[in-house]
Amino acid sequence: MTTVDLRPDTRDTPGARAKWAVADSWTIVLQELTHLVRQPSTFAWQLGFPIVMVLMFVYVFGSAMDVSGQGAGEGYMEFAMPGLFAMTMAFGFMNTAFAVTQIKEKGFIDRFRSMPMASSAVVTGRGVADIIHAAVDLAILVAIALILGWRSGGSLVATLGAFLLLLWLRLALIFVGIYLGFLVKNTEAAGNLFAVAFPFGMISSVFAPPELMPGWLGTVAAWNPVSSTTGAIREIFESPEVRSGYWIEDHALAAAIAWPAVIMAIFLPLAVRAFKRLNN
Amino acid sequence: MGVLVTTSDYAVLAEGLRKRYRDNHALDGLDLAVPYGMVYGLLGPNGAGKTTAVRILSTLITWDSGRAEVAGHDVARSPRQVRHRIGLTGQHTAVDDKISARHNLVLFGRLFHISTAAARKRADELLEQFSLTDVADTSPKKFSGGMRRRLDLASSMILAPRVLFLDEPTTGLDPAGRREVWQAVQHLAAGGTTVLLTTHYLDEADKLCDRIGVIDHGRNVVDDTPDGLKRRIGKERLEIVAAEPEDLPVITGLAECAATDSSDVVVDDTELSVNVPVADGARVLTEIASDLRSKGVAVADLGIRRPTLDEAFLQLTGHTTTQSGDNEEVSV
Repeated sequence: MTTVDLRPDTRDTPGARAKWAVADSWTIVLQELTHLVRQPSTFAWQLGFPIVMVLMFVYVFGSAMDVSGQGAGEGYMEFAMPGLFAMTMAFGFMNTAFAVTQIKEKGFIDRFRSMPMASSAVVTGRGVADIIHAAVDLAILVAIALILGWRSGGSLVATLGAFLLLLWLRLALIFVGIYLGFLVKNTEAAGNLFAVAFPFGMISSVFAPPELMPGWLGTVAAWNPVSSTTGAIREIFESPEVRSGYWIEDHALAAAIAWPAVIMAIFLPLAVRAFKRLNN
Repeated sequence: MGVLVTTSDYAVLAEGLRKRYRDNHALDGLDLAVPYGMVYGLLGPNGAGKTTAVRILSTLITWDSGRAEVAGHDVARSPRQVRHRIGLTGQHTAVDDKISARHNLVLFGRLFHISTAAARKRADELLEQFSLTDVADTSPKKFSGGMRRRLDLASSMILAPRVLFLDEPTTGLDPAGRREVWQAVQHLAAGGTTVLLTTHYLDEADKLCDRIGVIDHGRNVVDDTPDGLKRRIGKERLEIVAAEPEDLPVITGLAECAATDSSDVVVDDTELSVNVPVADGARVLTEIASDLRSKGVAVADLGIRRPTLDEAFLQLTGHTTTQSGDNEEVSV
């Protein structure tokens, strides 16, 4: 047996720490991306639900909905597609939460934390991988939408900006996912987060205008961050919009930028605290 | 790796470790002193504080008071120095099922901050050392429990750590898997790695450990060798099984002479056995053997019985290692 030079980099300067924090995060990102490449079916599983939803709403329920004022079913695809994009981003926090719970449950976090690596890389690497994952999700959904006949009415730059708004929402929800992932006990419990995700995604303007909902529910739906992102990208895509006089609907673009910032301001410290709690 | 300058002769040193969770004392003044090169077993029932001790010593959690030193470095003050010198295999197998066994080791190598080339070479070495070369490019998903645990062990051996922590290394494994893991641990110990393991399997402690620390309610109960532990509890007993029923009275007479307590002579007429407490078992055994030979009495069996660790544990702590009965016990 040959002997390998096992001398690791043991420097403990701020520079070395920063360098390794980035390098370790990237190693984790590569690991996560390897998973996706090895198991492309992951995308099918995670996108299956939104795709079925869009087919159902566009072809089953949509024909009964008049969202454009031009008769039932008219322009419903243009209305629903942006909602579908936003909903997929919104549901994404479950993927993050599930993954965090899994690395906790499988003992990876303990192993990592007992190693000389930057332990925060477990979380930051996960976050970066999730954003890349979300971008691929979005690309697949847009491709499907284009095949079904959806078109953005906005310029190319504005359309790309809309996609950035979607990823901005997803980024904020990563911290929600990390926090919840540390909070729940095991992956079974993480699976139950769907009970939270479903109303969060659906009580919104994603598939139906809040105007059509009972008063209080309409208010909740209109103020849902998912609705703000949906409203903003509908404006950009020049999709049919039904506004019902909620103040926030008239400021969708600002809200689509502000909401994720608010979510991050709350959940980033919570996620950091949950991670530090592992020391107890 | 270079020669380490250590402040103590112990690989693991803990003094008066205390750790309290809201309502219970997980550790209540635990002391540990594990010399280099030893396999030390922390034995105790569920909730005794074994895992808490390992989590503190492997830098995972903070504690309330007391001092801990691992591989010559203070755990509280220089956790990073400690992390360069330890390996941890926790209760759950930290194996990535979506990538090959080799890829798992290379990944951990990278995270241990050795170069990719060194990580690859080290992976090959470890695969060979843990007899996983044949399945190196297979997903661990298809592995047996014992193989997964071996890969897990290999991952914590990347930097050839001086101290290896194993938290219940064989819990949930079938007997074959347990044997595989035992062999791997014995191999590591033979190579000079200090091993601190926790277990609630008495046979495991007996088989693997040079020394056993029995803990209960977060406190040391006793620290001894497996044999010493057994000797400490109750006396050694001489047991003679007669070959013919008519020899039983003669044998009983001889045994009574050797007994340290004549009121504790157990004669079993159906098994044809006599069982008495003795002191200095080895001497008694040779004397009895020559007495039997001179009297021309043949016996079916003759031996010194020491109490099992199970009995020892019951006597030391007042309860057995498994309180709830949810963990299967494998007999020695």
